[in-house]
Amino acid sequence: MRLELTNRSGCAVARLDGELDEGCVKEVREKIDAFIRGGNIGQFVFDFSKLSFMDSTGIGMLLGRYKKLKQLDVPIYISNASGHVDFILSTAGIYTIMKKIS
Amino acid sequence: MNKFSMKLLAKTGNESFARSCVSAFCLEANPTLEEINDIKTAVSEAVTNCIVHAYSGKDDKFIDISVSLEGQKAEIIIEDYGCGIEDVDKAMQPFFTTKPDQERSGMGFTLIQTFMNDVKIISQKDKGTKVVMQKEFKKD
Repeated sequence: MRLELTNRSGCAVARLDGELDEGCVKEVREKIDAFIRGGNIGQFVFDFSKLSFMDSTGIGMLLGRYKKLKQLDVPIYISNASGHVDFILSTAGIYTIMKKIS
Repeated sequence: MNKFSMKLLAKTGNESFARSCVSAFCLEANPTLEEINDIKTAVSEAVTNCIVHAYSGKDDKFIDISVSLEGQKAEIIIEDYGCGIEDVDKAMQPFFTTKPDQERSGMGFTLIQTFMNDVKIISQKDKGTKVVMQKEFKKD
């Protein structure tokens, strides 16, 4: 799993490359949380264009970040999820709290 | 008919190896890419359950994984010898989790049921849990 975090004028982007599961979720969570603590975030985008696999561990990670960012009033968006990841996100109801963008 | 079985340490990081092995073995039945992802997800969920719940992170315990292929049908069994599930029906409900503090979504069994044709969970408290999953691959 490779994670790239960028912030351009308040638009924070987390780009995940690889497979998101129990084996790497702790590191992903910690890095994103440290990045959030860095502040100056107006909106948060998860870029899943390079994410080839995700299971329910990933859903738990997203829900956790949602709780954190909601307290800061920061909206979350999900971009470019592949067919499989997109289906899991829909099944878990993630798109009701994070808007899909292309 | 073909069979495969393996014993794997319940160690974080082994989920990826388990799902890759099982899905690779199923290639013989010519699954679609979507069906491979279904298998990968179900195996990942079941193995993660063994690591996180059954053995609570004790990584010197084993998970038994076996796959039987018969024509277009695969039966995948994932078994642990950990704490067992007290109430299987409850555990299978969407969003139910015993570890909400660890950011667990409670969606594991729901996803297994979504992706597999049939799922049976046999569990005994303090003895362990056996997840038996069936998948029928579409014919070309």
